Amino acid sequence: MSIATGQVQGVGQSLLRPDGTLKVTGEFAYSSDLWLDGMLWGATLRSPHPSAWIRSIDVGPALAMPGVFAVLTHQDVPGVKFYGLEHKDQPVLAIDQVRYQGEPVALVAADHPETARRAADAIVVGYELREAVTDPRQAAFDPACPQVNPHGNVVRHQPVRVGDRFTADVVVTAEYEVGMQDQAFLGPESGLAVPAEDGGVDLYVATQWLHVDQDQVAPCLGLPKEKVRLTLAGVGGAFGAREDLSMQIHASMLALRTGKPIKIVYGREESFFGHVHRHPAWMRYEHGATADGMLVYVRAEIVLDGGAYTSSSPAVVGNAASLGVGPYEVDNVWIDAYGTYTNNPPCGAMRGFGAVQACFAYESQMDRLAEACGLSPVEIRIRNAVSQGSRLATGQVVDTPAPLAGMLRELAAMPLPGPGSTDLRALPGGVAQTTHGEGVRRGIGYGVGIKNICFSEGFDDYSTARVRVELLGGEPHVLVHTAAAEVGQGLIMVKSQIARTELGIDRVTIVPADTTVGSAGSSSASRQSYVTGGAVKAACEAVRERLDKLRAGGASLAEVLAAGPVEETREYRHRPTFPMDPVTGQGDSHTQLALCVHRAVVDVDVELGLVKVVELAAVQDVGRIMNPLALEGQIHGGTAQGLGLALMEEIQVRDGKVLNPSFTDYLIPTILDMPPMRLSILENPDPHAPYGLRGAGEPPTLSSTPAIAAAVRNATGLALARVPIRPDDIALAGSALAG
Amino acid sequence: MDFLRPTTWADALAAKAERPEATPIQGGTDVMVEINLDKGRPAALLDLNPVAELRDWSSEDGWLRIGAGVSYTRLIDELGDRLPGLAQASRTVGSPQIRNRGTVAGNLGAASPAGDSHPPLLASDALVEAESVRGSRLIPIGEFYLGVKRNALEPDELIRAVRVPYADGPQYFSKIGTRNAMVIAVCSFAVALHPSRRGVGTGIGSAAPTPRRAPEAEEFLAGELDWDGRTAVPDETARRFGELVARAASPIDDVRGTRDYRVHALAVMARRTLGWAWTEYRGI
Repeated sequence: MSIATGQVQGVGQSLLRPDGTLKVTGEFAYSSDLWLDGMLWGATLRSPHPSAWIRSIDVGPALAMPGVFAVLTHQDVPGVKFYGLEHKDQPVLAIDQVRYQGEPVALVAADHPETARRAADAIVVGYELREAVTDPRQAAFDPACPQVNPHGNVVRHQPVRVGDRFTADVVVTAEYEVGMQDQAFLGPESGLAVPAEDGGVDLYVATQWLHVDQDQVAPCLGLPKEKVRLTLAGVGGAFGAREDLSMQIHASMLALRTGKPIKIVYGREESFFGHVHRHPAWMRYEHGATADGMLVYVRAEIVLDGGAYTSSSPAVVGNAASLGVGPYEVDNVWIDAYGTYTNNPPCGAMRGFGAVQACFAYESQMDRLAEACGLSPVEIRIRNAVSQGSRLATGQVVDTPAPLAGMLRELAAMPLPGPGSTDLRALPGGVAQTTHGEGVRRGIGYGVGIKNICFSEGFDDYSTARVRVELLGGEPHVLVHTAAAEVGQGLIMVKSQIARTELGIDRVTIVPADTTVGSAGSSSASRQSYVTGGAVKAACEAVRERLDKLRAGGASLAEVLAAGPVEETREYRHRPTFPMDPVTGQGDSHTQLALCVHRAVVDVDVELGLVKVVELAAVQDVGRIMNPLALEGQIHGGTAQGLGLALMEEIQVRDGKVLNPSFTDYLIPTILDMPPMRLSILENPDPHAPYGLRGAGEPPTLSSTPAIAAAVRNATGLALARVPIRPDDIALAGSALAG
Repeated sequence: MDFLRPTTWADALAAKAERPEATPIQGGTDVMVEINLDKGRPAALLDLNPVAELRDWSSEDGWLRIGAGVSYTRLIDELGDRLPGLAQASRTVGSPQIRNRGTVAGNLGAASPAGDSHPPLLASDALVEAESVRGSRLIPIGEFYLGVKRNALEPDELIRAVRVPYADGPQYFSKIGTRNAMVIAVCSFAVALHPSRRGVGTGIGSAAPTPRRAPEAEEFLAGELDWDGRTAVPDETARRFGELVARAASPIDDVRGTRDYRVHALAVMARRTLGWAWTEYRGI
């Protein structure tokens, strides 16, 4: 068939997203806007304690309140009482004990959200407090430490062992720390559960993976999977925080019990307890190199605190271990990566997923090594950079383009921003006017990151797409149906672009994502353009093949379609991956690797410890640009999230309790914090991926953090081994800097 | 929760007299946050938005009388030239949307130690015009803050206006936040030079249970400055001023910052704002 059309808004074009204007004008319907007449509101009673026995629960006072329809505890869970992404170790509602502050204990349904909240407060829980385990290193390594999890306090220990030469002329050693970052999506956990006539439930939720929610929800409700039907509701950001369940089982339980639709919307504070966070990390690194800066060995111990339940900690540990030396060639590697159980908030998926923490440490080490060898930060990275054919620490050979050295050269050659303006908005502290230039010093830093794209370590990672071509109003029309979650990344555009390009038909409708089509896998690991994009492409090709046959006699497309629609469903899998060897860490654990490099230019008020990021420049290789506008947005956004981790974003936890569960005190960058970016986007195709594309959402989140930290070090001369860098770390580091 | 909505000032005073437990609400940028966070639940809200006269400001005898309903945005736009310190502080309040709604009087009503308008009000000797059905009185700003989120208003009183003298010399406000916009103060500082009486005003925010002045620093600096000759302030004097400001504070460690950092930052801000103010006074 001819492909005369379908190119205008096809692959490679910048499309305005259909949800963009609605979101900016406040008209987009998020999951928190769902409404049905006669619905009830659910509320969750959560533990105020990080660790306690539950001796009693008295729901009587709550049940006695007018307007309350149901109060449920773990005894009311109809089916399996535990769920989880990798291990089913998280109770739907606490059973006899709580292991973290915020753990759900009981549920209420009432005819008004406030009644539901007051009723939840009226439930009397008899807690017997016990000592909270809050030091992850003690949890992991001190045999006398109480066990948070019945299987011990180590979720996973993944070693990597390569080579046997652990001496070198130049050795740099340091310890690094990464604070607990939050995904800080704007749309809180929310959804609507509607009881169905067949005894099942229809669930409308904001999630990242409908089918894995279905897999977890159904057993807990004691229902077969087909009786738990999910439809994606409007998602207000995800970044990993919607991989684990939040209100899905709870709302369904209340719906089944009351026979009424149940809406649950977390408030902002509750949201901080309603999802997992990025693992905080404690890392000890030792790098050995020759005098001219060639890496000889890397030793590292990485401890990631997973908090009270497993969530996705094992996979996060796998990433930290397999990518723990970064995109550098090094023949001798000794890594021990641990994930721990503690009574701290549960941690799991967040953009960058284990690679972020290690990246901060290995990039900080590269800068130290550069200094020790008398090389520039760019030069030492170029000398050790991987390229196609290089072997990673896992033994996996990089078999697709990885032009890191060239990317660094291009980055370093980009023009630098001019001297700072005197406009307060351009100075550290902004309009709060902490300086008119006094104490301000400029610094420049570089960061490099490598991220695995798609699920790794042998996971059966696939997506499903159903594509149908039919006549609507006499015109050929494409329907694309997948279960892939649009979480703001722009996948709906990419799917429509692929359909236009493959079928040459302009009119494309993306059917809402639900569980009536096969699984698409998660909107995680930068994988949807690759895997769901691949599935849509495959289904389109199958449809096209049939259409071509039908038209072999010279019939027009309209004539062929007059006989009925043509529909095909395809599953798409990327190349298989393999587990890491549990002793040596060896194995082809990843299917695709993506690189991003950042240069940060900062102005630091060295007396007050305040930072203004002046410019961020990045070079990223995406294989193929599917939608330039959306791609730039991903790079800007990922970079901003890395900036947040470098300078401000941290959930402060003391004795297992969160101190700042609000956007008043958990700060995310504003437009005055995020500078303009200078981007260079490369297209060195990955022959294994559809269109040669490479996942793009996560890599910038890795490299911007160490680049900014390096720039602040460059401006201040301080070691700064922890992110986020706090004003104290700079201002109180020593009076020698005052000026 | 009752919602009272008087349309005149007289009705508002009557309502407050009848329901002294009612919480006044104007922009709602503080009150609604507290309600949304479920921190205490007022028995009644007294909505002052319909009271038109609160939205006026006037000037008399070198003083501005700023109605309790004048937003930060209007204050910046309409009075910024006469009240530079207060305008600078207003500019750091929240986001544009918050500045469109929030008011200085609301800041005073909440009396949070972190309120941005307090330091410049202290530095310029403002007066709070409080009124009840019993009558009206002017409360000197230094006597207004009684404790964390406690002020000198009687239960039946409402803030009618804030009275601030025209700036008679340079004024500067400086505030630390850990991002470059839309942030609650880690600590803040305001300085006002009063050449007409050879005096210095100061105000410290977010570094004690209440906003407060640094009297010893004011007195020291007023005596050291070369008001007539306008010669440069010796480094040692500026440093000493900073030390005395820092010494006047009694900050704590909390989620926004440490005690040590606040003490350090106050000294730096005091030194820097003095530098800007004196440079401006010298006309260079």
